[in-house]
Amino acid sequence: MVLAKRHGARIVRTRVEVQEQTEVGDAMIRGLVRAQLGLALRLALLAAGLLSAVPLLIIAFPGLAEAEVLGIRLPWLVLGVLVYPVLLIVGKLYIGRAERNEQEFVDLADD
Amino acid sequence: MATVSGEPIPVATVLGLLAAAVVTVAIGIYGVRLARTTSDFLVASRSVGPRWNAAAISGEYLSAASFLGVAGLIAKYGADALWYPVGFTAGYLGLLLFVAAPLRRSGAYTVPDFAEFRLGSTRLRKLAMVVVAVICILYMVPQFQGAGLTVGILLGIPTWVGAVAVALIVIANVVGGGMRSITFVQAFQYWLKLTAVAVPALVLAVHFLGEEHDLGAPAPPTVGERTTVEITTDVVVQVSGPIAAGVDGTLDGADVDGIVTLGPGEHELGAGTALVLEAGSPVPVVAGAPATDADWLEPGSGLGGEHPLFQVYSLMIGIFLGTVGLPHVLVRFYTNPDGRTARRTSLAVIGLLGVFYLFPTLLGVFARLWVPQLLITGTSDAAVLLLPGSVLSGPGGQLLAALVAAGAIAAFLSTSSGLLVSVAGVLSTDVLRGRVRDFRVAAVLAGVVPLLLALGMVSVDLSRTVGLVFAVAASTLCPLLVLGIWWRGLTAVGAAAGMVTGGLVAGAAALLTAVGGAPGGWADWTHTGWPGAVVGYPAAVSVPLAFLVMVLVSRVTRGRVPQDVGRTFARMHAPERLGVGRDREGDLRSL
Repeated sequence: MVLAKRHGARIVRTRVEVQEQTEVGDAMIRGLVRAQLGLALRLALLAAGLLSAVPLLIIAFPGLAEAEVLGIRLPWLVLGVLVYPVLLIVGKLYIGRAERNEQEFVDLADD
Repeated sequence: MATVSGEPIPVATVLGLLAAAVVTVAIGIYGVRLARTTSDFLVASRSVGPRWNAAAISGEYLSAASFLGVAGLIAKYGADALWYPVGFTAGYLGLLLFVAAPLRRSGAYTVPDFAEFRLGSTRLRKLAMVVVAVICILYMVPQFQGAGLTVGILLGIPTWVGAVAVALIVIANVVGGGMRSITFVQAFQYWLKLTAVAVPALVLAVHFLGEEHDLGAPAPPTVGERTTVEITTDVVVQVSGPIAAGVDGTLDGADVDGIVTLGPGEHELGAGTALVLEAGSPVPVVAGAPATDADWLEPGSGLGGEHPLFQVYSLMIGIFLGTVGLPHVLVRFYTNPDGRTARRTSLAVIGLLGVFYLFPTLLGVFARLWVPQLLITGTSDAAVLLLPGSVLSGPGGQLLAALVAAGAIAAFLSTSSGLLVSVAGVLSTDVLRGRVRDFRVAAVLAGVVPLLLALGMVSVDLSRTVGLVFAVAASTLCPLLVLGIWWRGLTAVGAAAGMVTGGLVAGAAALLTAVGGAPGGWADWTHTGWPGAVVGYPAAVSVPLAFLVMVLVSRVTRGRVPQDVGRTFARMHAPERLGVGRDREGDLRSL
């Protein structure tokens, strides 16, 4: 009981540190922003890399443009259909990781 | 512009058009009653889940460019045009990664509001307001042009009539207080547009699978039956093999009346010329587009003009980052209860748009097969509208045509109403005194200006015009938001300098495309070589430039970084559970 009470008191204090912009609070926010930005940049680079590779691959390997899957030319299948699930997966990955970063931040603030 | 003559005006289509317009106005009137009692944003933020919100965002976002333009560009340019829908969707990934949650947590409900919240400058707020107004107005131009085209083609009346009619409906509706951005109405719009594009696409797909086709033949597309095309503006077409056609009018500068053989190469058809192609005849294709089906099927030939690879990359940069700065979309994020749901909403939008764009792609392919005569004049935006009627005869085709017409009108009305409400809102609160009368004055002004532009401008492809507007947004509001959210060193002076630079460069490119005239005119250099590529697709130049200027000027004026930037950052990035956020809902005015 006593331990729990102390824990509760600490939650309030750390939260106040974030809210009141003390040095500790500011450092924690900086850490969170850095983590979230790093995550967003990594996934943006992944998506941009995948997309921008398509025209380059076609130039490098012209055979790809004529390959057919299920009777549909590969570039049409990739750009017309497959792109969308890939974008969804990248977005889902981001949400999962971003929420984990936030959970860690809250845990740290409550610790 | 061409009208396909000889068809009687279908009654079903007229009814479809009228029904869509009446329903939109009725919903607007009903919506006023609903919205008057309380702010829709606040109601919605407590009752609407990410799915409804995502449908509402998609409903407002899917404009004439998506509904008509994408299929038209695919019919004309083939594989490379697939980048347009990809970009329109991928933009929401950018929004998700860099903007959605922090913008929602900032509590700002418009970009000018964000500028003031983040950098504490009312002058920057005013500048952002001007940029928002310019983007909204430019975005309305292709909507009105698309409306003119649609009504003109379906009813055979001059294009300006449709543009004026739709503009008047939108202005009257907004001035009357209708078409508030009601979440449920916009969500319904998404499903209506999806139905109007999916049903014809699926029906035609069944028809397509029932026949034998060679989509990759090294020959131009052919017309299925005897077709007459009337040329209404001078056009240069290219011919890959000799084509015998009946020509009545001017061909390559000479008066012609009778059967002519068009040899391989480029030919100029004058305005007022009638071109008759017999059944099975190959179709001349507007200059700059792939002439044969084999070229069309393969990526790499670009979107007309030189430097195709640059075009594709620049287009992607512009659309990917431009979505991040679209004013009428950002407002909708305020209806999310918190940052977490803002993220989920963005993800759901990616899914909804991905489903939608499958169908314009299909229709684009079918259009090349079944209405190739549109490729002669290059007005391929009409493809979606003409397809059902030209493939299926009888009441089935008429019903599908009516459905498509209703969807197209819904697309123009919903997007341009959303834009007009956004621009009138910022103008009336930030420039005028924010009274109801000011809102009405602002709405009339902001509606008439794009109408005049739409009537006076050279009509380029709808999706291309929209692509240029995205480039302006990507070069102004996107760097403001992205740097504002992630970089503490941003100053108001830096933000202003970057927005002005990016806006001028991208805006100049858009202006040159709009008024530069045809190739060979006074601004011929805007059509050829690198200048042509940059003018048509400016984002790869203007976006990095805007970011660079914003960062450099902010470094120089680093003494003017706001004192409370730490607190601002805590509010934008800390999860709501910590209780540092605060909505700026006190600033929301009910209009």
